[in-house]
Amino acid sequence: MNLDGGVPRPFVRPMRGWWRRDPFFVRYMLRELTAVAVLAYAVVLAVGVVRLSQGEVAWNGWLAALRAPWSIVLHVLILAAMAVHAWSWFQIMPKTLPMIFVGGRRLAGATITRAGWLATALTSIALFALARWWQS
Amino acid sequence: MPEPKNIEICVLRYHPEHDPEPAWRSYQVPCTDDMSVLQGLQHIKDEIDGTLGFRWSCRMAICGSCGMMVNGKPRLSCQTFLRDLQPGPVRIEALAHLPIERDLIVDVGEFVNKLEAIKPYLIPREPRTLAEGEYLQTPAQLERFEQYTSCINCMLCYAACPEYGLNRDFIGPGVIALLHRYNADSRDGGQAQRQPILNAEEGVWSCMAVGYCSEVCPKQVDPANAVNQNKAVSARDYFLRFLAPKGAAP
Repeated sequence: MNLDGGVPRPFVRPMRGWWRRDPFFVRYMLRELTAVAVLAYAVVLAVGVVRLSQGEVAWNGWLAALRAPWSIVLHVLILAAMAVHAWSWFQIMPKTLPMIFVGGRRLAGATITRAGWLATALTSIALFALARWWQS
Repeated sequence: MPEPKNIEICVLRYHPEHDPEPAWRSYQVPCTDDMSVLQGLQHIKDEIDGTLGFRWSCRMAICGSCGMMVNGKPRLSCQTFLRDLQPGPVRIEALAHLPIERDLIVDVGEFVNKLEAIKPYLIPREPRTLAEGEYLQTPAQLERFEQYTSCINCMLCYAACPEYGLNRDFIGPGVIALLHRYNADSRDGGQAQRQPILNAEEGVWSCMAVGYCSEVCPKQVDPANAVNQNKAVSARDYFLRFLAPKGAAP
């Protein structure tokens, strides 16, 4: 019996563990989790800025720490998480934009996703080129 | 004619007058290749247990009445075929996140109230007399809102939206898609009246961009797109009010 003053009461199902209910939700939670990796790398860089302000010895210590095996493993993990983050972000990007019309025709979602990857590739190449130029 | 094979259909039953909570019941249903899940339920109601409650009307994916969870996914039961779910069992329950009134029937009251609140009709940009003729629209202007007109209010997107499940005050994907349908119409001038609903905590900002609503939509309305492009509209509306105090919704 589930009555409220004689009136049948609608049953509200609990939401506990909702994200395990569907593989789509699991992938969504994974996407959100990769944001933690983005934060972690921001912390690594912020520590570098603080160490730079503390002088040459502190700065060199930070550089040495970056070359340690645990740091390499951490960077590989963060890179993998960043890749998932970028992939999922470009997947959802067409949903976040207003309709774009080029030459009177609506731009397809897949084109917007590809444009995101193209921009990533171009900026990455530019960044590597800048780093090479800086070293030489 | 081929002999029908039996398929097991499990239904989450709930009769509030004697059940403290919903419980699964299993039925053996003869199944032919052309039978939809809805027809399976109709067989149960007609031949096995007449107390089973569910909504349906058109049987052709246009009325939006027969939405339910089929094997955990929000689906129109008239559009889902038992042959694709062989060998079973097929698990059917009321649309997720919505309160169950009885068996597969959910409470749509909240949805209808929200739908009413967004003024889902054209509010003419400028009044015209009959003598002035019809409102003209270019194909490009039509395309800006046409997909959102396909919504059939089936609420599958609400069953796909965990944010709505966690907070039923959220206006939700379907109603926001319909709100956007009118805002995006070149003949409409009601955006300023609808904007407070979008700007509210329960408006677009409750959306976590899961995107499952657009996946399950049987009419390719893409409600996630309607919700998320209005986040930019809402942010612009917020900042523009500092420049033009009388409200400067674009």
